[in-house]
Parts: sequence; C-alpha cells; structure tokens
Amino acid sequence: MCCLNKPINRKKNDIKVVNKRVKAKPPSTPSLNLVCDIDTLRTLIKKNKVRVVDVRKRDEYLKGHIKTAVSLPLAELLSNDDPESIIKILNNLGISDDTLVVIYDDTFGALASRVAWSFKFIGHRNVALLEVTYDNWKKLGLEIERKSNKYSKVSHSVDIDYSIFADAEYIENAQNDKNKIIIDSRERLNFLTEHIPNSKNIPYTMLRSENSILRNPSELKRFMENRGIDLNNEIITYCGSVGTLSGLAFFALKTAGISNVKLYPKSFKEWKSLGKPKTEFKDATYWDLSAE
Amino acid sequence: MAKSIDYDVLSSSKNKELETNEKWGLAEESEYFANKVKLYRQDKLNADEFRRFRLQNGAYGSRLNSEFSMIRIKVPGGDITPTQLEKIASLSESFSIGSAHVSTRQNIQLHWVQLEDVSEVFRGLAEVGLTSREACGNTIRNVMCSHFAGVCPNEPFDATPYAKAIARFFLRNPICQNLPRKFKFNFSCCPEHGYVRIADVGLVPTIRDGVKGFRVYLGGGLGAASFIAHLLEEFTPESRLLSTSIATIRLYDRLGNRENLARNRMRYLVSEIGWEKFQGLLLKERILVEATISIPTRKSYDGFLNTGDLNNTSISSTSTKSKIKLPVINSNSADTPYTRWLNTNVVAQKQSGYYSVYITLGAGDITSSQLRILAECIREFSLEKKARNTPQQNFLVRYIKADQLPKVFQKLSGNGLGNPGANTIVSTVGCSGTTSCNLAITNSHRLAKEIQSKFLELNIDLDKDFVDSTIKISGCPNSCGQHEVATIGFYGGATRIGTSMVPIYTMLFAGSTGENGELGKAIMRVPAKKVMDVVLKIFEHFKKERKGDEKLNEWIYKISNGNGAGEIKNVDDMKKLLLPIIELPAFSAAPDFYKDYGTDSNFVAKTARGECAA
Repeated sequence: MCCLNKPINRKKNDIKVVNKRVKAKPPSTPSLNLVCDIDTLRTLIKKNKVRVVDVRKRDEYLKGHIKTAVSLPLAELLSNDDPESIIKILNNLGISDDTLVVIYDDTFGALASRVAWSFKFIGHRNVALLEVTYDNWKKLGLEIERKSNKYSKVSHSVDIDYSIFADAEYIENAQNDKNKIIIDSRERLNFLTEHIPNSKNIPYTMLRSENSILRNPSELKRFMENRGIDLNNEIITYCGSVGTLSGLAFFALKTAGISNVKLYPKSFKEWKSLGKPKTEFKDATYWDLSAE
Repeated sequence: MAKSIDYDVLSSSKNKELETNEKWGLAEESEYFANKVKLYRQDKLNADEFRRFRLQNGAYGSRLNSEFSMIRIKVPGGDITPTQLEKIASLSESFSIGSAHVSTRQNIQLHWVQLEDVSEVFRGLAEVGLTSREACGNTIRNVMCSHFAGVCPNEPFDATPYAKAIARFFLRNPICQNLPRKFKFNFSCCPEHGYVRIADVGLVPTIRDGVKGFRVYLGGGLGAASFIAHLLEEFTPESRLLSTSIATIRLYDRLGNRENLARNRMRYLVSEIGWEKFQGLLLKERILVEATISIPTRKSYDGFLNTGDLNNTSISSTSTKSKIKLPVINSNSADTPYTRWLNTNVVAQKQSGYYSVYITLGAGDITSSQLRILAECIREFSLEKKARNTPQQNFLVRYIKADQLPKVFQKLSGNGLGNPGANTIVSTVGCSGTTSCNLAITNSHRLAKEIQSKFLELNIDLDKDFVDSTIKISGCPNSCGQHEVATIGFYGGATRIGTSMVPIYTMLFAGSTGENGELGKAIMRVPAKKVMDVVLKIFEHFKKERKGDEKLNEWIYKISNGNGAGEIKNVDDMKKLLLPIIELPAFSAAPDFYKDYGTDSNFVAKTARGECAA
C-alpha cells in the first residue's frame, strides 16, 4: 500500500536526497507550535496566512469544514505515502515551504497527526494540529463553510527527515538499547494481548483532555516523569496498523518536551507480518472485564 | 502550545450540581505516591515496604503481572455523585481499560492500570473528593451501608450519616493503620437488607424508648473459614457507637493474630478465645475508651456526623407506614421490555410517590460511556442527585417520581443499562476472578455474565418464583463473590480428571443475608462448563417439586435442611439427581469442557501471593 521503505533504500544509494537539514534558511513567517489553539488559527485564517487541511472523508468535508480549508482524506495520503507523492499532494494543495499548515480531523487528532507527521517527514516545518476536533469547532459555533477550496499549485522542496522515522529493523536494534524507549500507543487490553518485546504502553487515550486533542504540556511532561522517561531519551512510537494513534503519541511526546521522537508508521501490523517476535500475556482473562 | 482552556460549552458536566458529597481524597497523597514509585523503581525502596505502602493507598497488584495495578476506589456507603461517576469514566479511559467494576463491597475498581500511572488516577480522584486510601491493606476498608438507607420502608432511621462519620473518623487515623488484618464495617437499614452478619462490625439501626441506636454484631466474615457475627448487646445507643467501634479496633489490634496470615481476621480471634470472653473484654475496653476519650476526638467525630447529616438530602415527604408493594404502572402486557424492567428493577420508597431504580450490570462491569449516561440520568431524574452502588454489583438511583419512570427506562435501555432482573436470580454476582486477581483459580467473572445472559434469554426475570434468590460466584475460596450468602453459591477450584486439569466449582446451598443471615452449605463439585446445566436442572426439579407458591430460595432452604416434601427430601437426593449431569465426556471427544470460560488454552491453576494482606 504505502512505500515508506523506498526512501530508506534511496537514503543509502542516492546522495541527493539525504537527511541534511538546511539550517541557513530562516523561515519568513513565524513558526507554529505543535498544537495550534483556536484563537491563533482564527487570526491566521482572517489574515489569510494559513493552509488549513481537513483530513476527514471527502463527503464529510463537503458537508461543511473550517473556513478556507482544503480536503485531504487520510486514506488518500496513506495510499500515496512515498515522498514523491506527498510532495505532489503538498503542491496540489498550494502548500509551499513557508506555508503555515494547520490540520484537523474528527477523531481526537489521530488522523490529523498521521498526516502532519508525513508532512514533517518530507521536510515541511510549519505544521501544527488544531487543538480541537471539527465536531468541537462546530459546537463552539466557529466559522465553517461548504464551498470546496482550491489554491494555485506551488512547488515544495524535498528534505526528508529520517530522524523522525523508524522501520522494523530500527526497532529491532532499539529493543535492547537502554536509551531508546519503544512506546505502544494502543489501548491497554490490546497491549496486554500482544506487543513488541520490551515496549511500554502509553495508550492514546492518556494523551487527550476533555476538550483538547492533547493535554497541556506540563501534564504530559509529568506523565513522562512518572514513567521514568527522561527528556533526553529517544522514543519510538507505534500502534496497530498505519501510525495514526502513534502519530498522536508522536506529537504528545514532542509537546512534553522530548526532542528525539520517531514514528514507526507501519507499526505492529507490519511487525507481525514479518514474523517478528512478540510478547503475549496469557495468564489472565482480562478481556472478560469489558462491559461491551 | 495549546492553551488548556475549559470551554464551558463543551463540558456537559461543569457546575451542574452542588458538591453534595464529602471530600475523602487528598491531592498531596498523589504526589507522595508518585515519588514512592520512583524510589521503588530506582531500587531505593525494598519490594515489601513498597507493597505495604501501595496497598495502604488502595492499589492492588494485578494478576501475575506486577507492572499493573487494580485501583480500588472507596465509595463510603456506596453514595456517589454524577461528577464522581464522570471522573471515574474519564480516568478509566485514560489510564485503565475503558470500563469500571463495581465490587461486592461498594467499591469501584479500575483494572490494569500501569503502576507509574496510579498517582495520576489518585490525583483525578482527589479532584472529585474520592480516595482509594485504605481500600486495601491491613486497615479499615470501605464502610458499607445499605443502598436503601434513607428510603427503606422498614428502617427506623437513616444510617448513612453514621456510616460516613465512622468511615471519616477512621480514615488516616493512626489507630488503624497497621491492624493484624483488614477490618470491615457494614451498616444496614433494616433487619432484612444489609450484610451485617458477615462483617467484623455489622450494625442494624433500631430505636428504643425514643433513642436512636444499633444492634451491633461482631466477628463475622467470609473466607476460607467463615463465621456469622455475634450480637454484642440488645441495644447500643448511637452515643456509644464511636466508643464501641474504637474499643473493638483496640481489642483486635492488641489481641489479633499477627503471625498466621490465614487466621488473623478478627473472626478467628473471637472464635479462638470464645464469644463470651471476647464480649466481656470488649465491654470493659469500651468503659476504658469512654473514660479516656479526649474532647477533641469526640468533637471531630460529632463534626463528621453533623456534616453527614447536613449533606444527606432529607427530602420531606409523607412516609407511608406499611410495607409497600411494587406498583404496577401502565402494565398492559406482562412482558414488554418496559414492564419487565418495572417489575424487577423499580422499588417503592418510604417517601410516597418516589421510586428507586436498579441499574443491572453484568458482574459489576460498566463502560465509561455508560457511566456518563448514568450520571446524566441521575442529574435529570433523581431528586437527591446521587446514586448508590450495591453489594449485588449494581447501581440504585433513588428519588425518582413515578411519571419519570418511562423516560428513565428509555434513557437506560438505549445504552445497555436497562436489563431487567435486578431483584431476581438473574442478577448474578461474580468477583473479578482470573480477569485480574492473583488468588483466582477460575474465571468466575465471565461465568457470572454467562449465567446472567442465559437467564435473560430464558426470560427467568419474568418468573416470580425466582425473586429474592441469588447466584454468587467467587473464583477461589476467599469469598469476594460472597458465595456463602447466596441461594446457590459457587467458588472456584481445580481438580484432575484423568490426565487433565479441570476448572471446578464447589456449589453451596441456602446462604442468606440480612440480620438472620446464614452461611450456605457445600453440596457438591461441578466442572465450570457444567455449572449452567446444573443450575437449570435444579430449576427444573424445583418447578416439579415445590409446594404452592414457594419460591426457589425457600425450596432450596428446605432441601438443605432435609425438609423436602417431594421426591427430593434432602441434599443427598439432590446430589443423586445431579451427578449424571456433571459427568464430563472424554477429553479427546470434547476438550472444551476441560477449559475455563474466556480462554482457548488448556486449564492450569495458576495463582500468586495474595494481595489482601500486607
């Protein structure tokens, strides 16, 4: 389905597209925080200084979306998940290197996170998640519209950031490295059933607050401290299949102040299909506690 | 960074009710716990010391996996507000498994919480006044009070403020931080309701010559060896409740067995030295307590009692004198979902025009979204704006007006909370069993749910013969499922049949609760996968044999005392009829019969050190 392995090979063979961040280029617009609050987004929209990306399904977008937003359903990105395709997507959405991008969804930020991570991966710096879901935006009575938005095509450069990417091989090497922590973002019972050996469970449900897709930074930081996670640790997140829940964890950990966070976008689904070892816990019948 | 603003528009729960419950939790205890976990992880605190600390704070180790904890939230008297329920819902979603579990002692438990996250749950609990402090360990556990207290037509007065004052007085009190073993209080509303004979201290409210007081029962309890409690004296005035309680705890603390883990509950002390001697010592101790109790101590208790009284919504309305029967409301046909529910889940209160509604859960499990629905329901329909949880692992929402009942049902049933059968054998009790407990041998939890769904499928709730009968299941002999006070009780074990291990239950007959409660008698052992067949066979015989409109519990009581009038006269007759049913086919022919519920693996009896005592 997606081709995230391709860039890895290219990294090894093709010297032109390497992990070389060009630090000299100062951004011409102010940079965004990882999570964009409502006020900031509304101001940016008014000033016409932001590209808002709606990652819900197309028909949802057509029923109504945040003013000026463009539509990029997550499925569309996942089916074209190689750097060339992502760049093409950015170009078509009118996102150039300096465009501020704010992404939202209707599923507690997980879908938006996965898209935002991909944008970061191919080198777009100024990308943020909207602090609320579309549903809450609407409930708050904020500006929405129905017209489909289209912007003129641009040309975005490629500057792949491998420092936020992990694959199965990387995970294997990290498993016995004390400074690297593998985080499983799935819910507790899924984790108990089976997980990547030596991984720790931080369910995505821990990360949100009642009204925001992510808790505030001080809270998230305290959670990590409780877990004995140092801000200098390297963390690799994964979840069940395509890196949405772990994408949210990626942004949560960044928000908590951990600088070196990687996402394993192909997650446990690939891990299992590769026949890699897993830890199972069969000594308790915990699924029977569920009231569903 | 995202601002953490609370958008009032988005918050359904904000400021909807006055905080009607007392504050039990302390925020600083959360931080203290977090620090201790860090020290433990850094090997600066030894495992035993940490374990004792952890249990004192209400975090119980999870089954065969010390990375995780079960947090036992105390709900004194079972009294809980919508805000508290909503907080439990979100804490469960964040840190547990997205559902909560109502225990048989009015606690609410959160399972499989990462040890390092426990402090965050404590923090959230303290925000809404709840605590899990002293919910485990060698302390005074959650103080129970009948869920009917305050609305029971047969109670002399509401015992709730007393239960809460006692709970408050002993919480964090140095006098009971290191008892020989756990210690349980249980208040009832009337002689019928409540579990007063199976607690260390059981109290039945009573009035003599215009003075409020209690009949105090001491030294009861269920476990590997169970005892029915003894009556201390004919009447203990409420003014002596505190001194009697302190005296009991002092005596137990001094004389209780601290050596033998298996015999250190107070009931063993009472049984070893004999009731008369214990009683004598206790009455002397009480005189000593009364002579030496300080004024500030007395006053702090009185303060708790008065707060409890004030917080207790006294809703004035005319009390009816005689015992009221269930009203039949719009009962056109007997078995619409609504009338089914009405007949078994709605109880008339002593306050005329008001009704209490049971929310029937499956072995006490409720999801976070259901907790939120329950909270909404309480806010919308209950005049007291609170609910009680019950030892039958259900909730009771009280003070609902008759004309609101259809709406209540609609709201509940739309969310999986409208199952009928609360006051019948359908509402099966099951402890957590192998789903989370170190001591469990069998999956009692799932078995209880299986039985409940089977009974609902068979419309057992429609049959009046099964009203007031109970099935209670524990996953081991330690009785958290209270199998010894059930009409038909079961406790889990393991046995070998041929070359295979099999999960097996010991079946008990004719246990009961209330002031005249009796312990059940062991009848026979039944393989886990045969329990359902055996129960249904018993029902079949009951239908054939019972006299007149005798109910199941009455018939079972007769049989277990050898007074059966038909073909089945006694337990032996019953056993003979059931023996063919419990026979298992060969393992090779039907391996499923050798497995426990909820697993595909072959059965092995795996347990670890119990966490009850520390």
